[in-house]
Amino acid sequence: MDKFDKLTGIAAPLPMVNVDTDMIIPKQYLKTIKRSGLGKALFDEMRYLDDGSENPDFVLNQPAWRDSEILVAGENFGCGSSREHAPWALKDFGIRCVIAPSYADIFYNNCFKNGILPIALPQAEVDALMEEARKGANARLAVDLEAQTVTTTDGREIRFEIDPFRKHCLLNGLDDIALTLEKAPAIASYEDRVAAERPWV
Amino acid sequence: MTAAKPKTLYDKIWDAHLVEEAEDGTALLYIDRHLVHEVTSPQAFEGLREAGRAVRAPGRTIAVPDHNVPTDPDRAAKLDSNEESRIQLEALDRNARDFGVHYYPVDDIRQGIVHIIGPEQGWTLPGMTVVCGDSHTATHGAFGALAHGIGTSEVEHVLATQTLITSKSKNMKVQVDGTLPPGVTAKDIVLSIIAKTGTAGGTGHVIEYCGEAIRSLSMEGRMTVCNMAIEGGARAGLIAPDETTFDYVRGRTHAPKGAQWEAAMAWWQTLHSDEGAHFDKVVTLDAAEITPVVTWGTSPEDALPITGAVPDPASFEGGKVDSAKRALEYMGLKAGTRLQDIAVDTVFIGSCTNGRIEDLREVARVMEGRRVKDGIRAMIVPGSGLVRAQAEEEGIAQKLQEAGFEWRQAGCSMCLGMNPDQLAPGERCAATSNRNFEGRQGRGGRTHLMSPAMAAAAAVTGRLTDVRELA
Ligand code: SF4
Repeated sequence: MDKFDKLTGIAAPLPMVNVDTDMIIPKQYLKTIKRSGLGKALFDEMRYLDDGSENPDFVLNQPAWRDSEILVAGENFGCGSSREHAPWALKDFGIRCVIAPSYADIFYNNCFKNGILPIALPQAEVDALMEEARKGANARLAVDLEAQTVTTTDGREIRFEIDPFRKHCLLNGLDDIALTLEKAPAIASYEDRVAAERPWV
Repeated sequence: MTAAKPKTLYDKIWDAHLVEEAEDGTALLYIDRHLVHEVTSPQAFEGLREAGRAVRAPGRTIAVPDHNVPTDPDRAAKLDSNEESRIQLEALDRNARDFGVHYYPVDDIRQGIVHIIGPEQGWTLPGMTVVCGDSHTATHGAFGALAHGIGTSEVEHVLATQTLITSKSKNMKVQVDGTLPPGVTAKDIVLSIIAKTGTAGGTGHVIEYCGEAIRSLSMEGRMTVCNMAIEGGARAGLIAPDETTFDYVRGRTHAPKGAQWEAAMAWWQTLHSDEGAHFDKVVTLDAAEITPVVTWGTSPEDALPITGAVPDPASFEGGKVDSAKRALEYMGLKAGTRLQDIAVDTVFIGSCTNGRIEDLREVARVMEGRRVKDGIRAMIVPGSGLVRAQAEEEGIAQKLQEAGFEWRQAGCSMCLGMNPDQLAPGERCAATSNRNFEGRQGRGGRTHLMSPAMAAAAAVTGRLTDVRELA
């Protein structure tokens, strides 16, 4: 798993609620058997016109935000399908951090598995950061996972909450599977116990 | 000693599957059934191969292709038409065989949508934990199983360890009292719930559906309700098992038999929320007030009684104003239009929400003595090869074909348009599936969600229709 500790970057404003995973990456791109190369399809339907050219109105196509590493969005971000292609696409594009008032559960989980930090903040703070993000390259946000803060260009620090275990794994780039395999004895003894208690399972 | 704290159904299943739980609430949960399909698993199996890891419990792992498979009657010929789909299907085939998991290939009559075949084969049982790289895993909650979607990294984690790192959600209760009026079905219940709570109303919670109207539903209806728990934002939906559940499970291929059945029943009968158990959130609906509903927008919460009209975006609050504007533009609708005046050109009956035998029977009932309107493309896609076979045996298939429906092979089909079944831009569809997101059924396609009975009514008239008025 990729590490995340600190990031200072351009934030793209996406003031929409209920951004679903079909919007983040439509299903025609789910046919890959790889994790990489999905960045070009990120937000496909909003980002490209019917003839395949870029839609100049979409934020990530505008010069100020082409190199965004942070996305600021509305509530319930990432709702819909469980596709991990959504964080894969965000990451392949270069987005390492999302800031929104709330997230759908599965998307939120999937971010951590891919070195992306999803930050949940109260609506008012997100609104303020959305304004900052509108300034493009003139307003880089600084995210510090260790300190749990987002800092604006004028030095205002906003603190965010995060589950300690997830923070620890993200900071250290820990591989979940290797960690769990160390617990194989506990898993085996659970299996033994249940084989006796609920043998039909 | 004080009496044990009353537990919810969710608490009981959770406790029975805890391998360990850290002080910060991070838990290692044992997984009884892992369902795998072709779209969200290739990268997970690849990860195992790269790390030289095996599948820990192949006997608990069930693989089936469903999202990509063509549903044409002669689908074998179509399999080659899309190179990428073929590669994914081949990858699943290779992975299932290499890692030795249970597998239902495309040409097996038991093949079908993963959430339909799990229960059908008796893999899904009360009190189990069930996961799948698919958000509609919530369907299996109808059996009183804790079932939810996971991402591909988690699929790999479950394959390798048979556990999931997770933390406990909150308890939410959705109680639907009373009896459903005629013409109103499970789909109308769940759409009405989502319209009331919103698509994020269940976020962070596991919902237990209860109340007389839920208890009265068949297993098929309960699966429809739990299927869309995720559309209400919940991690999972649950319905306590009862006689209806046991009757459905009894005798299924992988259900316990003999003494094992008795032992299982003894435990299953304890699987209900205790008197006085704590719920963090409670929502109550009166079944008598539920009407047939349809969606008008691009989020499942955009549901209204069929007797209503397209709402004015200005009537919403906050971020919803803009999203409603955008939805109306995408859907090609004007505020104030009566829902019943909206013409459709396609009718899709199928999906893991409504692709079971009872759904097809319901469609057949509405179609009795009626025909699909000329010019309407209407398709029925059974949820599994066995549902298809049963419908053929009952004579439903033939009747529906005579009435003008296309009769397809099992798969996800037009629920998400990853296979050849898609809407063209601007086409409008009455669909029994679960998502009306932009582009879900094909780029530019417009989806109205509804029950099978309502979709059948739309097929007859060529517009969104109140099925009660047909009767
Ligand atoms: S039928 Fe639709 S919702 Fe169900 S598993 Fe298939 S694609 Fe997903």
